Amino acid sequence: MNTSDNKVMALSDAISRYVSEGCHLSMGGFTINRNPMAAVYEIIRQNIRGLHVYAHSNGQGVDELVGAGCVVKLEIAYAGSGRFAPTCVRFRKAVENGSLTVEDYSNYQMTLRFLAGAMGIPFMPTRSSLGTSIVDKWGFTKPMRESDPKLPDKKLVVVDNPFGGWGDASKLVLVPAINPDVTVIHVQKADQQGTSRIEGLTFADVEQVKAARKVIITCEELVETDRLREKPDQNQIPFFCVDAVVPIPFGAYPTACFRHYDYDPVYLNDYRKVAQDDTRYETYLNEFVLGVNNQGELLDHVGKDRIEKIKADPRTGYAVGLDRR
Amino acid sequence: MAEYSHREMMAIAAARQIEDGDLVFCGTGISMLAAMAAKHISAPNSAIFFETGAIDSRLEEVPLAVGDSRVMYGTTVNGSLADAFATMQNRHTGQRVVGIMGAAQIDRFGNLNSTAIGDYHMPKVRFSGSGGACDVASFVGRTIIFMQHEKRKFVRQVDYLTSPGWLDGPGRREKIGLPRGGPSAVITNMAIMEFDADSKEMFLKGCFPGISPLKIQEHMEFEVDTSRAIDVEPPSKDELRILREVCDPQRLILGV
Repeated sequence: MNTSDNKVMALSDAISRYVSEGCHLSMGGFTINRNPMAAVYEIIRQNIRGLHVYAHSNGQGVDELVGAGCVVKLEIAYAGSGRFAPTCVRFRKAVENGSLTVEDYSNYQMTLRFLAGAMGIPFMPTRSSLGTSIVDKWGFTKPMRESDPKLPDKKLVVVDNPFGGWGDASKLVLVPAINPDVTVIHVQKADQQGTSRIEGLTFADVEQVKAARKVIITCEELVETDRLREKPDQNQIPFFCVDAVVPIPFGAYPTACFRHYDYDPVYLNDYRKVAQDDTRYETYLNEFVLGVNNQGELLDHVGKDRIEKIKADPRTGYAVGLDRR
Repeated sequence: MAEYSHREMMAIAAARQIEDGDLVFCGTGISMLAAMAAKHISAPNSAIFFETGAIDSRLEEVPLAVGDSRVMYGTTVNGSLADAFATMQNRHTGQRVVGIMGAAQIDRFGNLNSTAIGDYHMPKVRFSGSGGACDVASFVGRTIIFMQHEKRKFVRQVDYLTSPGWLDGPGRREKIGLPRGGPSAVITNMAIMEFDADSKEMFLKGCFPGISPLKIQEHMEFEVDTSRAIDVEPPSKDELRILREVCDPQRLILGV
């Protein structure tokens, strides 16, 4: 909890202050939308490794962190970037070569785990996954769980309904709360104290923020508090949850940000291709991530034409007619 | 008769399974096209919703992911992931939902694998994982499954059971704590498969034009009853026009 009045800082300061080697990190966004990409790239540039990452259905952000070798453990429901990469390529390679250990849950289960963390309770119940391998097969070994005080001893627990048949349920799956060290999300609008507004869909970002010990918000626009107070029903993140506010236009690029810009199909298609090959991926990292100092330089490197094409149409919130082949 | 591709036949065959008034949960790719086509053709009062929380989006362009900004335009309500899955787990609304999904492997009871091939801890091939698929298959009234008809995909036993079908047969879902739902149809590039009301085992319901029951059986690792198979009507001109011109004019999902 942080009530200070001005939390605006540079991205490099926010990352070095709140994201450390081996920490438990959760990232907002969904597949190819509103991933906190500028923050992901800065984590890679600062070479922060050994991360334990929590996500529900993150595509690009998770894949780039994994590809750069920053992640050792991942709890996730889905690693895919829609049609651009039905299975994220660097994620697939890392699991297949044993360099990344994964614990699989369903999307609802990951959402409930963040919600439990946000609510301050140890678990949440659901019917999802009864009878499946999600219940039977555990990615983290018992010693691995027992040696890490930040992990529960069990992946999940199946119980009989303690209320008998009430609610028309006989058995339930209990999934453990997540309280990450830090959550990073990208939003459309925030003020300097951290009150934030997400436009379009919020995914599970709000739960992820409220579950975390520290929170970094990157935003398209830094706005006056009074502007956010005019329509408080549109704000989701209370300022006291937030520790750092970092204004970064195109901070989700190359993923989309509703009402600001679309995903960049050229970038995502090229990324999928280079990700297949270790040498080409190294070249990609050196050129597009390590070879630039910040998101602005990445945009300059990509070029104005491409950025112009993905700018959102004010009526729909995405780039109408964008060539997405 | 109009020329059409396998993918077009699949999308139309799935669209015909959607009933007017259904709440349609769809994932990415061809399932989204099927849902869009159904709404334009035979089920105008169906509503599409996404696990990302978007309800009844105005899909002017086909989304390439369920998190695509295109699902956020013109919705009636923007929920969250927590809301979307609760709608499916909910006793009143969940029953009305039909879920459409795909997978890497399926067995004769419609159990799906979208996680890994080989040993889970050292997989030969790793896939994306459940996403919302396990939740949908656990919760909703009925599910429709898209598959490519290949021997390595229609297997005796799935390597990892990501999304529950009829599990190991009649009564098993109820016993394990999943009181409703289960797969109703599998749409492939060759056929429509359904599940026997008593045994819950997959059988051949219909062959796409020009494809024999024998050929379909050859593309499966397990045997199915082919005696009940009918011929599936090819897509009509009108169905094709809507699919091509309204749903996917850029052929992003239909392909070239």
